[in-house]
Amino acid sequence: MSEKYKPEEISQVDYNPPKTDWIDTPVKMRKGCFNYSAIPKSIEYLGLPNPRKWQPTDDDWQLPENWREIILEGLRVRLDRYRSLRVFMDICVRCGACADKCHYYIGSGDPKNMPVLRAELLRAVYRNNFTLAGKIMGKISGARELTVDVLKEWFYYFFQCTECRRCSVFCPYGIDTAEITMMARELLSLVGLDIDWICTPAANCLRTGNHLGIQPHGFKDSVDFAVDDLYDITGIRVEAPINRKGAEILFIVPSADYFADPHYFGFLGYMALFHEIGLDYTFSAYASEGGNFGLFHSYETMKRLNQKIYAEAKRIGAKWILGGECGHMWRVVHQYMDTLNGPADFLEEPVSPITGTKFENARTTKMVHIAEFTADLIKHNKIKLDKSRNDQWRVTWHDSCNPARAMGIFEEPRYILNNTCNNFFDMPEGTIKEQTFCCGSGAGLGTDENLEMRLRGGFPRGNALRYVRDKHNVNLMACMCAIDKATLPALADFWAPGVAIGSLHELVGNALIMTGEKPDRTDLRGEPFVGQKKEEAEKIEERKEDTADA
Amino acid sequence: MKGLYSFFSLLLLIAIALIGVQLVKWHFLFGVIIPYLAVAIFIIGIIYRVVKWAKSPVPFRITTTCGQQKTLPWIKSSRFDNPSNLFGTLVRMAMEILFFRSLFRNTKADIKDGKIVYGGNKWLWLGGLAFHWTFLIVLLRHFRFFTEPTPFFVSWIQNLDGLLQIGVPVMYMTDVILLGALTYLFLRRVIIPQVRYISLASDYFPLFLIMAIGTTGVLMRYVPSMKVDIIAVKELTLGLIGFSPVVPEGIGATFFIHLFLVSLLLAYFPISKLMHMGGVFLSPTRNLANNNRARRHVNPWDYPVKGHSYEEWEDEFRELMKDCGLPLEKEE
Repeated sequence: MSEKYKPEEISQVDYNPPKTDWIDTPVKMRKGCFNYSAIPKSIEYLGLPNPRKWQPTDDDWQLPENWREIILEGLRVRLDRYRSLRVFMDICVRCGACADKCHYYIGSGDPKNMPVLRAELLRAVYRNNFTLAGKIMGKISGARELTVDVLKEWFYYFFQCTECRRCSVFCPYGIDTAEITMMARELLSLVGLDIDWICTPAANCLRTGNHLGIQPHGFKDSVDFAVDDLYDITGIRVEAPINRKGAEILFIVPSADYFADPHYFGFLGYMALFHEIGLDYTFSAYASEGGNFGLFHSYETMKRLNQKIYAEAKRIGAKWILGGECGHMWRVVHQYMDTLNGPADFLEEPVSPITGTKFENARTTKMVHIAEFTADLIKHNKIKLDKSRNDQWRVTWHDSCNPARAMGIFEEPRYILNNTCNNFFDMPEGTIKEQTFCCGSGAGLGTDENLEMRLRGGFPRGNALRYVRDKHNVNLMACMCAIDKATLPALADFWAPGVAIGSLHELVGNALIMTGEKPDRTDLRGEPFVGQKKEEAEKIEERKEDTADA
Repeated sequence: MKGLYSFFSLLLLIAIALIGVQLVKWHFLFGVIIPYLAVAIFIIGIIYRVVKWAKSPVPFRITTTCGQQKTLPWIKSSRFDNPSNLFGTLVRMAMEILFFRSLFRNTKADIKDGKIVYGGNKWLWLGGLAFHWTFLIVLLRHFRFFTEPTPFFVSWIQNLDGLLQIGVPVMYMTDVILLGALTYLFLRRVIIPQVRYISLASDYFPLFLIMAIGTTGVLMRYVPSMKVDIIAVKELTLGLIGFSPVVPEGIGATFFIHLFLVSLLLAYFPISKLMHMGGVFLSPTRNLANNNRARRHVNPWDYPVKGHSYEEWEDEFRELMKDCGLPLEKEE
């Protein structure tokens, strides 16, 4: 799929800004760098404004007559609702510290991908219509009239931001471009400028319970299939209940976990782990999505999609909720869920039934991250692990944006890695933890039509990955984000060929010694363990020698 | 271009002041009325802006976490870069405001032979810190014009500032650093193509303005022909503070220009990016603890939205669920 592009060409980035001032440089929709519009059916299902057939390359975007009033009124409302927006509109000094922190700017050199200019696109209109300086001095103060061309520019650049928040780590005032992008996307949606990769998954999720639109029987099939697979691999048939009332724990995963590679191996890992520790849990076909594409769309959509989690926990009478590996899901769970749809006073403060550990950090939201849960199990020696079962892998760890910069979950996964693998190597400082680089495909931008932009945005991550591949022979990048797992394989093939992508709990599942497992069990991908391979090779060698002797 | 625009606007303003003071002799206007007006605009303007910010609520706790979260007791958390309580947050804010913690992280990305390489880049941090701190010290030194007797800390700062004992009158280190840092901040804005590209006229203007304020101050102190009558100046400033303004004779034009520029800065402050001084305190990604799952955060304007209830969902998929043996709430 990426044959069209070559790393040698994409990595030739020209950082010299154009001759014309940014305010006077109109946007050019570059093929490969934008996403297709949302189909009317999804817009209608979500009840959003202005459903119609259109594409960003059209001259006429079929906007409502009063589109300008709608947007300006929408901006006014949001300025009154969000201190973040108002403050971020006012205090930027354009010092430029954020510029080369954005993966899209590093990979494209387009100055409007500097977080500062991305924000200025909105700020210029804000100044023009909402500030004294803008009204008095106009263009000199950096004010700009809202026109259709400006709107097109918004569409192009606010859908070239993955809301990864790396810039906000470096900004001396903590200005968060994700927040600005979220507001701008809400405004765009008010006049019907949505992209399909956000709205169709959101519509699916609202209806069926998950982004992929898998209906309850399909969900059950997927889970049953995984149970069978795990039986073939380990010789153990695990229980994987769905919608089971009275379960102690409701387990929520992103839908890609039970549907896509390489997520699926992590899904097998969860099930193996839960079986081994005898966890009293259930999946839900109704709340069959941990992810929330509403985060990439609007406050309302995020809230609508998120409601199912607490509602389902209440319905089945769970004590608390455990959440699987997903990046933006955890931004929503950690920073939004309780505020949006809480208080979850019908749940109990989470306590690990295996170790008795109280997860005090989750005492009101009542949802625990699987990495926190598993790290606690390992710390208390509740599971038996054989690190050598991951010897086929030389592993590095990709901190996903949201768990990194909206939670700070760094040591839990590293503790798990160090206890499940013999060969773990971090990528260089400055590209991990809070300074981690985005996959370049998050926030609803992981489409084929946007491939060039994804490869460009993925350059910094790919660059750091290539470094550890060359230095330490790394051949697996593990991570705990569904979008990462979906999009990093293509990126790794392009920037650091030879590196596979895996889940944290795939490695846990591999290393896990299960009671009653069959002697010839394999890893979760169905490959014999390296130790077994060696034994087999030795046997063959012996046989050869025997034959030779004879 | 935008820099030139700002530069000439400032020159024009200085020319107006010079004419006003030297030719028309509107000393009362430039010595009393304009400063009073400027201070009034400054105070009212800042209050207005801060109140406006404060009136917009913080619906969500959107801390940017820059270190390990506080979770399990045996995992060491990053208390200040990812604070979990008020104390940690206060320290984080103090680090941000006093030492520009985030800017200290600054790096520079470059592409070499198809690879991205990162270098440290602390110059902006150093330049910014040098400018802000020396500007503050210079401001504090000026307290001696507004107090009688001069408070001990002002004399103390003054002595420390002149520690090098160079020249007569003694050179203040802050004067040199202030003007040097401003020059650096200006030069990087013009020389680095990306920074030049993002700069607005309103980014150059305050730089020029503060440079001009610093320069007129330095001229008054060190250049004999520009010297002003300090005793008379203090009479004026004390009069202003005591709301019984008098304009003594023979203060000298440089002082009036200096005062006019300061007035300009004060009046310009509330409508400009200089408001970052107040805004940094209110930035929700920095001033909130990352204890989201431990302490509930309430959104004051939260309103109900129509989701998709379990009942509606089961109604749509009941037959399919029945066929594959999933449990149901209602059989029909």
